[in-house]
Amino acid sequence: MSRTQTHNGPRAAPGGAERAPGGAAPKQIVRLQGIGKRFGGHEVFRDLTLAFFRGQTTVVLGQSGVGKSVMLKLILGLLKPDRGRIHIDGTDITDLSERELAPLRTRFGMVFQGAALFDYLTVFENVAFALREHARLPEKQIREIVRQELALVGMGGTEDLLPEELSGGMKKRVGLARAIAMDPEVILYDEPTMGLDPVTADTINALILMCQRELQTTSIVVTHDMASAYRVGDRLVMLHEGEIIADGTPEEIRRHPDIRVQRFIHGDASLTAAPPG
Amino acid sequence: MNPAKPIMALGRHVADQTRGLGEFAVFTGRVFRWLLTDATRWRLLRPQLYEIGVRSLPVIVITGAFVGMVLAAQAYYQFESVGLGARSGSVINLSVLKELGPVLAGIMLAGRVGGALAAELGTMKVTEQIDAMRAMGADPIKHLVVPRFLACFLLIPFLTTYCDFVGILGGYLVAWGYGVDPNEYWRHSANAIENWDIFAGIFKSVFFGAVIALISCYKGFRSRQGAEGVGRAATEAFVASFMTILILDLFIVLFLQGLYEALWGRVSIFI
Repeated sequence: MSRTQTHNGPRAAPGGAERAPGGAAPKQIVRLQGIGKRFGGHEVFRDLTLAFFRGQTTVVLGQSGVGKSVMLKLILGLLKPDRGRIHIDGTDITDLSERELAPLRTRFGMVFQGAALFDYLTVFENVAFALREHARLPEKQIREIVRQELALVGMGGTEDLLPEELSGGMKKRVGLARAIAMDPEVILYDEPTMGLDPVTADTINALILMCQRELQTTSIVVTHDMASAYRVGDRLVMLHEGEIIADGTPEEIRRHPDIRVQRFIHGDASLTAAPPG
Repeated sequence: MNPAKPIMALGRHVADQTRGLGEFAVFTGRVFRWLLTDATRWRLLRPQLYEIGVRSLPVIVITGAFVGMVLAAQAYYQFESVGLGARSGSVINLSVLKELGPVLAGIMLAGRVGGALAAELGTMKVTEQIDAMRAMGADPIKHLVVPRFLACFLLIPFLTTYCDFVGILGGYLVAWGYGVDPNEYWRHSANAIENWDIFAGIFKSVFFGAVIALISCYKGFRSRQGAEGVGRAATEAFVASFMTILILDLFIVLFLQGLYEALWGRVSIFI
């Protein structure tokens, strides 16, 4: 299934025109430079530098409270760093006002941890929200786009339901439909499989992969679900106490020598040495 | 104990309160900026008009009616003891129109609507719905606060008028029950009440509606995480709205009295 409309301008093909010739590294789309962030007495990031590349799915791993969700909110400008700079496509957005950030945010879609559907709006109105706000399309076209997005995530026919009538997995799917409604260049996923049964979680993983394939987006996924990370990630980055302790392909992370990485990926706090092989 | 500690604590408290006032002023400024630059959509306003206006009517009616009746019961005995029972209507109806109607309608609105607004927006904040709105490049103030503000601002004059009406009716019923001559009761009331008195009550209610909406929405937006945070936001919204209504009432009364005297000179029901 593929969509026909685009409403956020032309998007470069992933790994195509944006990649440097000769297989060189793809272009950075988001760059966090020397980020420091503190909440009261708790320092989340001390000096975080991390880049995300166009067309790639980067999975950011780490224990609860390590700052993964904070990182997503910093990228969108929902939180401001105490120090450091944030660049989107080479533009420094760190000091932009809420008003200046608004057009930039339409280039992003975000799937929130608890889906964060507007509970006073129907499924249709949730998915249509950004289109009505920014796209200035006729209502008929908005209806058609919403119908396509919902069908894409397997939620066709639920337009008139309220979020309270949906299960956790259904909410996540509607959240994804809402995130992709504006044809974003980058989709941010905050714990997309958290709280879901393994089968539903796998369905969400399949949808993330499908979005990557069909919509050709850059994806940043934060999770502590290793099955999900291996399934969807081109690149895995692991955060620990505000710093990056591992960064590589899923296979490199699987064989990473750092005991903290091995404890995390095996879910075994008693590990004292990396398992052989 | 370090003797500087209480002074430091006081300084921190003053700084926090000042910062809070500044944030509230910025919040209010953003609400008015959207009000002046963007037409609120009927689709957003309609549910708020229903929730804030229609659903507040029962509580307003009961409050107004019983306040009028209690006032009549209290006033009648005092006036009757000096043979002026029929004149009680002037005091009852003036009190309802100028003070009790608008203030009690405001307080009931703060309790019923203010707490609910803060809890609703607080829940939206802790469930990341407000962040989701910002993440889509939309301003939550425009979508969530402006329609609620407009609904409170536009409907409170009608709710106050309703409260006044049932208060006057309740007072009359009690006076009639005591055997007061209806013609005398209404004649004295009509002599004592001027259009200005009706205007004064309605005029101040508009300010009450505005502060209830602004304070309650602000408290909701500032809600801390969890059920306790939302509950606290709702309580703070009511308490702050209640106190602001009482303080604002004094200043509006002083202003209106000064204005009246400047325009028409001093007038009393006893002259």
